[in-house]
Amino acid sequence: MSFDVMDYFRQETLPHIWCPGCGNGIILRDFAVALERLNYPRDEVVIVSGIGCSSRAAGYLNFDTVHTTHGRALPFATGIKLANPNLKVFVIMGDGDSSAIGGNHLIHAARRNIDLTAIIFNNNIYGMTGGQFSPLTPRDKKATTAPYGMIEQSFDICRLAEGAGATYVGRATTYHNQLLTQLIIDGAQNPGFSLIEAVTHCPTSYGRRNGMASPSDMVRWQKDNAVWIDKVRAGKAEVKDGQFTIGLLHRHEAPEFTQAYMEVIKRARGQE
Amino acid sequence: MRELAEVRLMQGNEACVQAALDAGVRFFGGYPITPSTEIAEGMAEKLPALGGKFIQMEDEIASIASIIGASLAGVKSMTATSGPGFSLMQENLGYACMTEVPCVIVNVQRGGPSTGRPTAPAQGDVMQARWGTHGDHPAIVLSPWSAQETYTLTVKAVNLSERFRTPVILLMDEVVAHLREGVRMPDPRQLKLIERPRPQGGRENYRPFGGALDEVPAVADFGMGYRCNVTGLVHDDVGHPSGSPQVTNDLIRRLSGKVEAHRDEIIDYELTQTGDADMVIFAYGSTARTSLRALKLARAQGLKVGMIRPTTLWPFPEKAIEEVAERGIPILVPEMNLGQLVLEVERIAKGRSLVQPLSRVDGELFNPDEILEAVKELKPVKSRKSSKKEGI
Repeated sequence: MSFDVMDYFRQETLPHIWCPGCGNGIILRDFAVALERLNYPRDEVVIVSGIGCSSRAAGYLNFDTVHTTHGRALPFATGIKLANPNLKVFVIMGDGDSSAIGGNHLIHAARRNIDLTAIIFNNNIYGMTGGQFSPLTPRDKKATTAPYGMIEQSFDICRLAEGAGATYVGRATTYHNQLLTQLIIDGAQNPGFSLIEAVTHCPTSYGRRNGMASPSDMVRWQKDNAVWIDKVRAGKAEVKDGQFTIGLLHRHEAPEFTQAYMEVIKRARGQE
Repeated sequence: MRELAEVRLMQGNEACVQAALDAGVRFFGGYPITPSTEIAEGMAEKLPALGGKFIQMEDEIASIASIIGASLAGVKSMTATSGPGFSLMQENLGYACMTEVPCVIVNVQRGGPSTGRPTAPAQGDVMQARWGTHGDHPAIVLSPWSAQETYTLTVKAVNLSERFRTPVILLMDEVVAHLREGVRMPDPRQLKLIERPRPQGGRENYRPFGGALDEVPAVADFGMGYRCNVTGLVHDDVGHPSGSPQVTNDLIRRLSGKVEAHRDEIIDYELTQTGDADMVIFAYGSTARTSLRALKLARAQGLKVGMIRPTTLWPFPEKAIEEVAERGIPILVPEMNLGQLVLEVERIAKGRSLVQPLSRVDGELFNPDEILEAVKELKPVKSRKSSKKEGI
């Protein structure tokens, strides 16, 4: 397939603000490829983001875009989707954005199973503010606010979303970027709340403090520590300490919120 | 949809619901909180039959976020809360100011700070309604004194939010919210409703955040094809983030300027027997109801008392105070707080009139007698003429 990825960007807003070696651009390209394949009418796509490095992505994309407040992208997106269910709403959030300040909104968006596709740029750190630990920073890793190592246990945001009721949950990395594109496509087509965790690399604020100073070190770490869920399920691989699974991690069917609300409208009008 | 004018016995909160529906509100996101909950309940019941949407969000932060989102999708939107929830909404209230998203936030005031007195009336959120969110920003705040006026001002709040592309706050209090009285509602088809300015031309020339200091730029609904970027960062006229001092200055001044330049369209107040008065009461909300009773008692005793009752608290009705201060007559400002709007009255009076605060913060309404007593103790400041003579 050949297409001009730049067609999906507001070219006057480039170059982006991300550091050299950042993985966010890879995710953004994968997202653009997914949008190309999904082939939605462009004017029906809305992209909502929170606050942080990853959330700057929305402003670069040539759609209706909203860069909201820290942690609150999902409730903004909920309002947009419920007000106009014809819109295809994607939500871009970072790990701190979605799981700390926005953690409550995440579990409730998942619980409602509202038809949003959330893409979590997980770089395991607060990058924009210079490297503080997030709920997704692994134990013992260093951050500016954990200079002696992280002592809290971290979230597995995929299991969190699954437990809260998300009907489609997957994880990929910036190394496994074709998988990422496919998960975004499938998540968008899932009629309900979909969460795709995109493990990305932040050499500037995370890698340098944790023995992976170069972007290639970090991408190699992803390659070496990501374990395909299919292999685990088939008993052909196991997840060792510090490793994580990738692929389609969870899927189930449940009523979608905006569709369920259409039934409420029918009931209120006495049509059933 | 109602199709006829009618009079109905309603609570203030119920009147708010009916007015919002009549004014075209079709999205409500909220979270239960006393004493505003009846508004959410009414919306949950009535919106679906009109094809509107109600959602109970996980907290008040999410509630205001949801209505901003719905408004971006082109739907007139509202939330309702009370003090603790209003505090939680402040960040996104500023976001709506910054991104010029029309929406209405109802705050039914109760005793604060903190959890305070959930079922008692108060007027302690007057300054928070003006300055609660950080940074310089416009504020339009309306405050009704009756169920009837709750209807009228709710319609006005929706209209002003659309007209000026900015959040509008309806500041009620617990007594007005729960008081039941007859409300005369017009045929909704006769209501004058305002729709936000929407763009006419092509995408190339679309400037959703551009314009002169007093201008309200047109805004496209998401899905219309204008592909707009909305951000709480300082942004240029097309919506891209900017660090330019010039862009920053122009934006911050225009956000307030578009409201300040049209004060006369927004500000409304009622004058009662101020013409011959040699002292006035300045009161709003349920305090004004008690004040009117005190005025009548005073007049019966031969005291020439008048009343200024603002229904617009912000922008502050400066002209109303100016006219009284010109005459040098004293002003009593009873409030169910430790003295908030009285500071604005003093600012405008500039020492020409005696400005006397009267506070109640015990969760009880004022008693007409205590206002009457306070009126009797008012002493006029020396008239401007006599002070000139002193100068000579």
